[in-house]
Order: sequence, then C-alpha cells, then structure tokens
Amino acid sequence: MNETHAPEGQSAAKISCRGVTKAFGSKRVLTGVDLDVNVGESMVIIGGSGTGKSVTIKCILGLIRHDTGSIKIDGQEVNSLNTREREEINRKFGMLFQGGALFDSLPVWENVAFGLLHARKVPRRRARDMAVEKLAMVGLGPDVGRLSPAELSGGMQKRVALARAIATEPEIIFFDEPTTGLDPIMADVINNLIVEITRKLGATALSITHDMASVRKIADKVAMIYGGKIIWSGSIKEIDRSGNPYVEQFIHGRADGPIQMQVRRL
Amino acid sequence: MKLDLRLNPLALIGRAFLSSLSSAGRLFFFTVESITHCVRPPFFSRLLLNQIIEIGYYSLPVVGLTGIFAGMVLALQSHTGFSRFAAESAIPNVVALSITRELGPVLAGLMVAGRVGAAMAAEIGTMRVTEQIDALKTLSTNPFKYLIVPRLLAGLITLPFLVLVADIIGIMGGYLVGVYKLDFNATAYLDNTWDFLEPMDVISGLVKAAVFGFLIALMGCYHGFNSKGGAQGVGAATTNAVVSGAILVLVFNYVITEAFFSR
Ligand SMILES: Nc1ncnc2c1ncn2[C@@H]1O[C@H](COP(=O)(O)OP(=O)(O)O)[C@@H](O)[C@H]1O
Ligand SMILES: [Mg+2]
Repeated sequence: MNETHAPEGQSAAKISCRGVTKAFGSKRVLTGVDLDVNVGESMVIIGGSGTGKSVTIKCILGLIRHDTGSIKIDGQEVNSLNTREREEINRKFGMLFQGGALFDSLPVWENVAFGLLHARKVPRRRARDMAVEKLAMVGLGPDVGRLSPAELSGGMQKRVALARAIATEPEIIFFDEPTTGLDPIMADVINNLIVEITRKLGATALSITHDMASVRKIADKVAMIYGGKIIWSGSIKEIDRSGNPYVEQFIHGRADGPIQMQVRRL
Repeated sequence: MKLDLRLNPLALIGRAFLSSLSSAGRLFFFTVESITHCVRPPFFSRLLLNQIIEIGYYSLPVVGLTGIFAGMVLALQSHTGFSRFAAESAIPNVVALSITRELGPVLAGLMVAGRVGAAMAAEIGTMRVTEQIDALKTLSTNPFKYLIVPRLLAGLITLPFLVLVADIIGIMGGYLVGVYKLDFNATAYLDNTWDFLEPMDVISGLVKAAVFGFLIALMGCYHGFNSKGGAQGVGAATTNAVVSGAILVLVFNYVITEAFFSR
C-alpha cells in the first residue's frame, strides 16, 4: 500500500493524531489514524461511506473514546483528561453534525445561542441578539429565530446548524458532510459560507465529505481515509497528481480500481 | 453449530445471566453519575421547573381520575365484606388506610410510569439517535446536568404532591359512595375517617411516592439515554422504561412497606 504520512509540522499542529484505533466489538473501524491539522488550516478528510470518517472526528471531539493511540489538541493529550477538563477543551470546538442535530425542543434562536447561554453564561437578551447576528451571517432573517427546527427545510436546518457551530467563535470547527443531501446550488452556498466564516474567524477547520466539488472549494489540505488509516494526505493542489490509485479512483468516482465495494460479500 | 448453542438451555441461562449482570452494572454507574451531578453545580433550574410542570401539573387529571375511582370502588367492596359482620363503621377507615398507604402511591406511580416514563424515554432516546446528546457535549454542556438531573429531581419532588392529591380525591371518592349510595351520615363518615388515620399512614405513602418518582424518572432517562438504532430502538427504550418503571414501583412498594410497618 502506498502510505504517505501527514507532514510533521509538530509545533503548529492544532490537532495531532497518532496511531488512533477504534473497534466496535469485533469490527475494527480505525486501525491507526495519523493526522495533523495546523493552525488556521482547512483540512478535509475524504473517503467512502462507512470508512470511519465520522468516527475519527468523534474521537477527536471526545464523543467516542478511542482504544489506543494519541490525540493532542493544542499539544495537550486528551486521553488523560477528566470530564471537567474535557468540557474546557470542548469550548474550543464547534461542530456541524451530519444530520444537523438541532434541539427540537428549542426555538431556532436558542439553538444558535445554546453555547453562549449555557457554556459562556451570556444573558438571554444579549445571547438572542448575538444569535440573530449569527443567523444573518448564514443568510437567515431574524424571523427564522422564532421558528422551531422542525419547521425548516433541510438547507435551512444545515444553515442553522452552521450558525450554532460558529456562535461561540470557536478556534476549531468540524464539519461532518456539510453538503450531503442538499441540491447543488444550496451545497455551493454552504461551501461558500464555510470558507467565508472560517476565514473571518481565523479558525482551524476539519471537514468530512465525499463531495469533490466541496473538497475543491473548502480544502487547503486533503487526507484520504481507507481501511481505517489515512492512506494519503497532501495539499489540494496535489490531489490531481497524487499518483495514488486509491485517491485517483475516489476523485474520479470510478467503480473499478483498488477500492472494491463490498456489494456481494456480507 | 450456532443453532445448537442457542438452544442449549445452559448457554441460554448463562448468556441471560451475564447480560443482566452487565446491564445491572451499567444502571448502577448511570445512577451514581446522575446523583453526583445532582449535587454539583451548575444547575438548570428553568429545566427543573419545566419538568415539574410537565410531570406534576399534566399528570393531575390522570392521577385524580384513578384516585376517585379507586376510592369509590373501595367503599363499595368493603361494604360488601364488612356488612356481613355488621362492621360498616369501619368502612371509612379502611378506605382511608388503603388509599393513603397503598393505592394512592401505587396507582399514581403506575399511571406516572406509563405517562412520564414513556415520554422521558422517547424524548431522550430520540435525542440520542439524532445525535442531539452528542451536540450537547460539543456545546460544553453536560447531558447529565441538562437532561437527567432535572428529570430525576422533578420526579422525586413532584410525585409526593401528586399522591397527596390522589389521597384526598380517593378519600373523597369513598365519601361520595359512602354518603350517597351506602347511606352513611356525612359527619359520621368523616369522623370515622380522621379518627383512625395516623400521620404515619400518610407519611409512608408520601415517602413511597418520592422513591417511585425517582425510580420512574431513572428508568425513563436510563433507557432513553442508552437507546440505539433509530426509531425501533427508541420504541424499545420506551417499552422498557414503562415496564421496568412499573415493576420497580411494585417491588419497592413491598420493600418500603416492610421497612415501615413490619416489626
Ligand atoms: N456507535 C457505533 N457503534 C457501532 N458501530 C459504529 C458506531 N459508530 C460507527 N460505527 C461503525 O463504524 C463504521 C464507520 O462509521 P462512520 O464513521 O459513521 O462512517 P462514515 O465514514 O460514513 O462517516 C460504520 O461501519 C459503522 O457501522
Ligand atoms: Mg459520517
């Protein structure tokens, strides 16, 4: 296998994973993920469905406990943290979930303001104003704030989820398949928002997608995951001449190649 | 081979034993973690208030209805029995005792297990499978504090009040049947009720209620929190919450009765 490790930019690494493994029962999902994301960089992980992309960022976020290996955030090893310290670290994060994961018991504005209200203890009136501001950043009017998430279309839900992810102006933002399930135009709107907002906040971004249009728009660097490992990583400019058959098959969306879809085997 | 193993009764028993051990362990740690979060700040008092209204206020009709019919039927049935010994004057007291010690807390507990336990499991379970609980964590909010603690405390605080209401309405039900159907003298019925009712009868019922409220909420939260696998998983969690809540109500009813009244 043509293995290329992430570049060794140790000093500036915002997120650094070494040999991260995770198995669910007998199913080994991650078999040794090495990944570095530098400050201010936008890293995109590509890979087929079910290859462990979401599991990777959930390990980094501490939502799933990885089995072995090391994950460092700003140089701090997360394995040894207690719940309190973990919550402290999570303040640096914003996360856009694959399915939005909006709180359906709360109106839209309170979803957006959630981190401000509860983690930052911003007073309600002020938090509401800030939420309206953030909604405007993703192109939604203040009247949307009063609606419940169930009343929104898919594209609007994604935008609200995006507004929630950025509301506390996090240092690191995670985007899990931000454009999946959207029409191409809405997908492009979301891509533009991601680029614009991460620039504006000067945030480090780690995204997941299998949408190549999205990759070309938002990535500074790309890492490809296959078989529970990062098998290639490099800058977006290099992706078309990676020389890696897995990457080539993926970016051209070909059914035949080294990656075999397990359609017949169980 | 696999089939053999499944049909082997020893293997079946062994597997059931192991899985019940591990779920007992998980429930234990869940309970301990919940309780430690009950006493450590920050507290979400708004959410606690919401839950108290949700559990308490909206359960009033159900609890009132079960109370009044339980009281009425008690009066009727004990009349059948006691009239054979010409001991009708004991009816008011029997009604009051049965309601305050047993039927009030148990019936209210069972109704609340159905209404509230199910709702908690369904809501928290849906939040689990749609990643809303993960979202809470990424927003630096502890799901135990935000979701579990308000519900457990609300159950603990609210159920005694509901049971007090059930007690009063149940005794009133007995009174209505006693006076309007069994031709008791109204003041004599009430005198007979109060004269033999001791504070301990009511207090034991309220202690039961607090324990039931906590257990029902615990079952709803636990099964919801650990649900997985989409709509079906949430459905299973809801069923488990109601069934285990109801069983725990009955088991602890016996345990607490034993603790209070057996010498
Ligand atoms: N909580 C879990 N329990 C068991 N298996 C899981 C869990 N989460 C993910 N998996 C499995 O891990 C694999 C990778 O999942 P995921 O990271 O969500 O894929 P994707 O790359 O599409 O985001 C899948 O096969 C999935 O079944
Ligand atoms: Mg995924």
